[in-house]
Amino acid sequence: MISSYKQNPARIPALGARAFALLLLSLLLMFLDHRDNHLDAVRNAISAAVYPMRIIVAAPVNFWAWASDLSKSKKELQTENSRLRAEILLTAARLQRLTSLEAENNRLRDFLEARRRVQDEVRVVTIMAVDANPFKHNIVLDLGSSQGVYAGQAIINADGIIGVVMEAGPLTSDAILISDPGHALLVEVNRNGLRTLAYGTGEFGRLDLPGLPNNADIRTGDLLVTSGLGGTFPSGYPVAVVDTVTRIPQDAFAEVTATPTAALDQMREVMLIWSAQHDEQATNDE
Amino acid sequence: MSKYHANRNLPVFMTIVVALMLTMMPLPDSMSAFRPDWVALIILFWAMTVPRSYGVGAAFITGIFVDVAQATLLGQYALALVVITYITVKSHLLIRVFPLPQLTATIFALLALYQFLLFWINGVAGVEAPAVSYWGPVITGTLIWPLLYSFMSNVRNRVQLGN
Repeated sequence: MISSYKQNPARIPALGARAFALLLLSLLLMFLDHRDNHLDAVRNAISAAVYPMRIIVAAPVNFWAWASDLSKSKKELQTENSRLRAEILLTAARLQRLTSLEAENNRLRDFLEARRRVQDEVRVVTIMAVDANPFKHNIVLDLGSSQGVYAGQAIINADGIIGVVMEAGPLTSDAILISDPGHALLVEVNRNGLRTLAYGTGEFGRLDLPGLPNNADIRTGDLLVTSGLGGTFPSGYPVAVVDTVTRIPQDAFAEVTATPTAALDQMREVMLIWSAQHDEQATNDE
Repeated sequence: MSKYHANRNLPVFMTIVVALMLTMMPLPDSMSAFRPDWVALIILFWAMTVPRSYGVGAAFITGIFVDVAQATLLGQYALALVVITYITVKSHLLIRVFPLPQLTATIFALLALYQFLLFWINGVAGVEAPAVSYWGPVITGTLIWPLLYSFMSNVRNRVQLGN
């Protein structure tokens, strides 16, 4: 190598061949990855190596939150405390009504001999990182398959549907938000049960509903909830509120946009749902 | 020999890790489209200064890490990095004697090609993204290059890498 360096300093041995081989290798990797997720094991192994970097990168933000908690004055804390107390009281009152309504609902369902609606199990998780990838709306959650997270699991917060788990790594999991341009979910209009698909647009505050005919019964302010028929999301959770409905006479479809009820770009904690259906399937599989 | 190599590899490794972490750093939504592609800039710097040690192989491995960190198609960033690194290594003798303005223009061209490759792969894989997320990093990357270059040259002189 040294002698070749002396002969021609610009020449680097087999550069073209190596570059070409790596090019083919990355094309092959992309092909396998795009086809069938053949490379999940590789991805998991590398993501374990990336995990410490994620923690370090997230540290300043976490530290800032902790420090601002520390530096809050006593008065601020007292006002916050009393506000939270009032909120708890209010929520508890609402919850009481809910419990009685749920019992009543179950009784009525019994009358109809319908299956009793099983409560979904819910667990709060922290968002560890918002993926910096500008092409996608992804988040990383701090629970993984070792805590029972599975791909296809629905994610909500107090205001509505957030997204769905794409890949469950051993310690963390990647999730896609409903605002991702590659995401669509089955929703229904709460007012009349009209079913349609809501597509992500790449903007946090907008979903598109392109599949509605011009004469569809939908108007501004309608609440869209999950229909539960897509299989991924449990039914009845709020998704978005219809924002604009533009009917163009010569087009077959109306242009409908909606704003997600959850603030997708302002959250630290979200909830994972273990749906009863999935648990049933898991026990059937065993 | 191996220890000697390990000592020389460490600074390069560290700068790449820092670049990866800067790439993963959470930024407000409005700013993240204008995040310079730190990894590409650092890889290009090492490819033009020590092309014999850090060429297409290092670019490929780093690219795979970026792909996992960004949850993109495995191989997407790797391919784009390998291509621009190949061009840089191939013409490193020429690039190295460029004055800074000309060097910065070259970086602009390389970053544009890099983003075009990402755009092209996204297109084939059916990933849609707003246009600003492609040209934003090219502009900020070019603007930050002179600063980064002088900083990295400093680092390189301190660890006495390259010639």
